[in-house]
Amino acid sequence: MLSKRIIPCLDIKAGRVVKGIKFLGLRDAGDPVTVAKAYDAQGADELVFLDITASVENRKTLVALVEKIAANIFMPFTVGGGISEIGDIRNILNAGAEKVSLNTQAVKFPELISSASKRFGSQCIVVAIDAKKQGDYWEVFINGGRTPTGIDAVIWAEKAARLGAGEILLTSMDFDGTKDGYDLKLTREISSKVNIPVIASGGAGKLEDFYNVFTQAGADAALAASLFHYGKLSVKQVKEHLKQRGVAVRL
Amino acid sequence: MKIAIIDYGMGNIHSVSKAIELCGAKPLVTGKKAQLDSCEKVVLPGVGAFDDAMAELEKLGLVSAVKKQVESGKPFLGICLGMQLLFESSQEAKSKAGLGFLKGQVVKFSASLGQKIPHMGWNNLEYISGSCALLKGIKANEQVYFCHSYYPEASDKNIVAATCDYGLEFACAVAKDNIYGVQFHPEKSQSVGLKIIRNFVESC
Repeated sequence: MLSKRIIPCLDIKAGRVVKGIKFLGLRDAGDPVTVAKAYDAQGADELVFLDITASVENRKTLVALVEKIAANIFMPFTVGGGISEIGDIRNILNAGAEKVSLNTQAVKFPELISSASKRFGSQCIVVAIDAKKQGDYWEVFINGGRTPTGIDAVIWAEKAARLGAGEILLTSMDFDGTKDGYDLKLTREISSKVNIPVIASGGAGKLEDFYNVFTQAGADAALAASLFHYGKLSVKQVKEHLKQRGVAVRL
Repeated sequence: MKIAIIDYGMGNIHSVSKAIELCGAKPLVTGKKAQLDSCEKVVLPGVGAFDDAMAELEKLGLVSAVKKQVESGKPFLGICLGMQLLFESSQEAKSKAGLGFLKGQVVKFSASLGQKIPHMGWNNLEYISGSCALLKGIKANEQVYFCHSYYPEASDKNIVAATCDYGLEFACAVAKDNIYGVQFHPEKSQSVGLKIIRNFVESC
């Protein structure tokens, strides 16, 4: 049976992990390879690296970093942040990433999804959606959550899937950072409308939250950042909890 | 031991190369015929679309080179799309035929199975052939990483070395003489995957 996935997310700036990483007594908490290895040891199913600088000059650093990670960690990982061209996608995939994640550029130029999935296959094209509740719908925000678009997130997810996206990485801006649990309504709405896997993101704070997003909202994977980084919960604890309650996980 | 990894611009050669190195062999990433001859084993990786991959192999003049390697009896491993290319044809392909070393067609998961497509993530190995050198020491229910929308339907069921269940039971590893293929990504499947690569290096 296909396992539900637990995915730690790391923010990268100029080839280094940013935001505090305070778990497992890492000697160099800024080195992505060291952090990735620690999550590997905890049994993480995948990793997501988000490059938050995303300048042209930085692309080379990012590709070199991807190569370094792939040389040390034999698990799947996704790379996102400022990816705008087919050439970027090719370089990142060739360097050893399993998938790339598109966000702002996919909203601005949806044909990037179709051309990338045609060239590299749907299975490696993730579309990341940052959504925020506005009245009776969820609005898509771009540029790291700074710019509203007026686009309905559910309709956008359906369109992205139709264009060839292989996965949706769905972040609730309302729940992100609250530790109150994932946005079950948003996740359920999108997961039921698209026939591609959905990664829920934003709001994880306790074991129960993971159980709920898998059993009540149809998520295929759950992503968390600070919860894992600060060692409040380990990936292993989350998976053991899920297994105990009958959710299929890889342990 | 030198193992060639065929570089034809279709993704993810780096992880495969590092995994082979970790398992004690010397990887040679190459798109050159002469260099393929100098290696004792060959890996055909691949991520992407079937037609594009065949077109790239043709463009680089590698179709005949790959054929020569396979026919020489060298152990040959196709991974993911690289495995699909070993079959005769694919539903994904609009214009190209496959390499045809293995009989059968590559087909898409049907939406009627009620599963999300792509099949993405860690899934159990169900049936495992006891006689396949590539899967030596791998046990049923161990998990490997999948990331695909198409799977092979082998005409000859005797070549099925392992299966996986995703709404239906499909062949996720095949073996015929010196030819091996896996639909999952051993280079991304942590310790289980590395064991399979080690088997390819040491036992195939």
